[in-house]
Amino acid sequence: MAKVKKSPWVLHYDGASCNGCDIEVLACLTPVYDAERFGIVNTGDPMQADILLLTGGINAQCQEVVKQIYEQMPRPKVVVAVGTCACTGGVFKEAYNILGGADTTVPVDIYVPGCAARPQSIIDGIVKAVALFQQRSDEHDKGIVNGSREGES
Amino acid sequence: MGKQSIIPFGPQHPVLPEPIHLDLVMEDEKILEAVPSIGFVHRGLESLVEKKDYQEMVYVIERTCGICSFMHGMGYCESIEHIMNVEVPARGRFLRTIWCEMSRIHSHLLWLGLLADAFGFESLFYQCWRMREKILDMFEMTTGGRVIFSVNKVGGVLKDMDEGQIRQILDTIEWIEKELTKIKKTFLNDYTVETRLRGVGVLTKEQAHDLGAVGPFARASGVVLDMRKRGYAAYPELDFEPVTSEDGDSWARCEVRINEIFQAIDLIRQAAAKIPAGDLAVEVKGNPEGEFFMRVEQPRGEAVYFSKGNGTKFLDRMRVRTPTFANIPGMLQTLKGADYADVPILILTIDPCISCTER
Repeated sequence: MAKVKKSPWVLHYDGASCNGCDIEVLACLTPVYDAERFGIVNTGDPMQADILLLTGGINAQCQEVVKQIYEQMPRPKVVVAVGTCACTGGVFKEAYNILGGADTTVPVDIYVPGCAARPQSIIDGIVKAVALFQQRSDEHDKGIVNGSREGES
Repeated sequence: MGKQSIIPFGPQHPVLPEPIHLDLVMEDEKILEAVPSIGFVHRGLESLVEKKDYQEMVYVIERTCGICSFMHGMGYCESIEHIMNVEVPARGRFLRTIWCEMSRIHSHLLWLGLLADAFGFESLFYQCWRMREKILDMFEMTTGGRVIFSVNKVGGVLKDMDEGQIRQILDTIEWIEKELTKIKKTFLNDYTVETRLRGVGVLTKEQAHDLGAVGPFARASGVVLDMRKRGYAAYPELDFEPVTSEDGDSWARCEVRINEIFQAIDLIRQAAAKIPAGDLAVEVKGNPEGEFFMRVEQPRGEAVYFSKGNGTKFLDRMRVRTPTFANIPGMLQTLKGADYADVPILILTIDPCISCTER
């Protein structure tokens, strides 16, 4: 894990999930698994969040909400898809109301598989996200956005 | 007469991990009306009966909700078993009961933690979740999964518990009983907690009955309604009485749920003492033809599973009516006239499970 200069703030949003991954994400933040030891803080405010944990697939109604939350987050930002539903749509993929995984709506950086995703793998995803966030914020400081300097195409 | 304004609550809100949206019509600090809009988690899993056969459907129904996933699977399986006249072996029924009651303990501890978090008692929140992890460890030991553990099938269960595992479960619930007795004092006798819960969101017995409330929400108002008394799994062979309370406020709901954890501990002990040896499941042949309503008491209240088979391996219709859906009118009633600061507590006291509600 890279040296972290700033504590990233984590926001959790439940797309169309079954709740299983949500309670595992919450369990990660409680003392038994204690994901906060990696220097993250859980927040409820998208405008102060750096890492977005998305659980569940995307349906027609929550798509707008997910987009809005993603756009409200300041750059640089990292998106983690937690659980099989968020990765691909999972068991609900064939249901009429599910558009697919989280990547149908927002760009996903890290995929955490599992139904429900285990706390250990969620923590692994968060650690990877923290490292990626650090790398992106270093690039951001140098004026590089998405691998190229701002103003260049 | 103050000025009326509308404050939106949700869908993304720190108090609930799940999305629900309420438009709160406010006059100063008082709520005049709450208008809910749901559908953020709707997946349409009932329609999957067209694509998955009745045995695969167990795994879809289990994913209606991650908190009471075992009971969802069980309710569906029992409805199909009734249609096909399948008799589940006694050991299978007792194992289902033990897992059901363990789910109840884990769900109520989760709720107690979230309630403590809602009134700002962080250490109490962590204490509840610390206890809950022990139950999840027991699930992991017996089934391999922590929250979704797919051990149901039509005709019985897939996994067995040996002597050592049952003994370990009994040790764990004894530890939980001891810890919960300590925490109970804080929930029910602490002055600061009482000021947040006593008299907040009163639902009278008549209102609870008229609005069709179910589960601990109704029982806290004095309505004696417990589907376990109707007899499914191994409940007819166990001795218990529904837990009720009279006041109908948030404090009473908290009391009912704490006492239900003690009741669940007692039921696990009874089931562990009576569990017979034998088969876990019977082989199921053929396809279901006919229809059945199965009513199951979940941690949140009564859930209804309607299955209709047409003699092929795909069901005609599958319907789930979940307890939170039945409790939303009651919740809106308690919100009327409440203070804005009490909204998170009032929404939490029905133990909302939005994934269940919207399926």
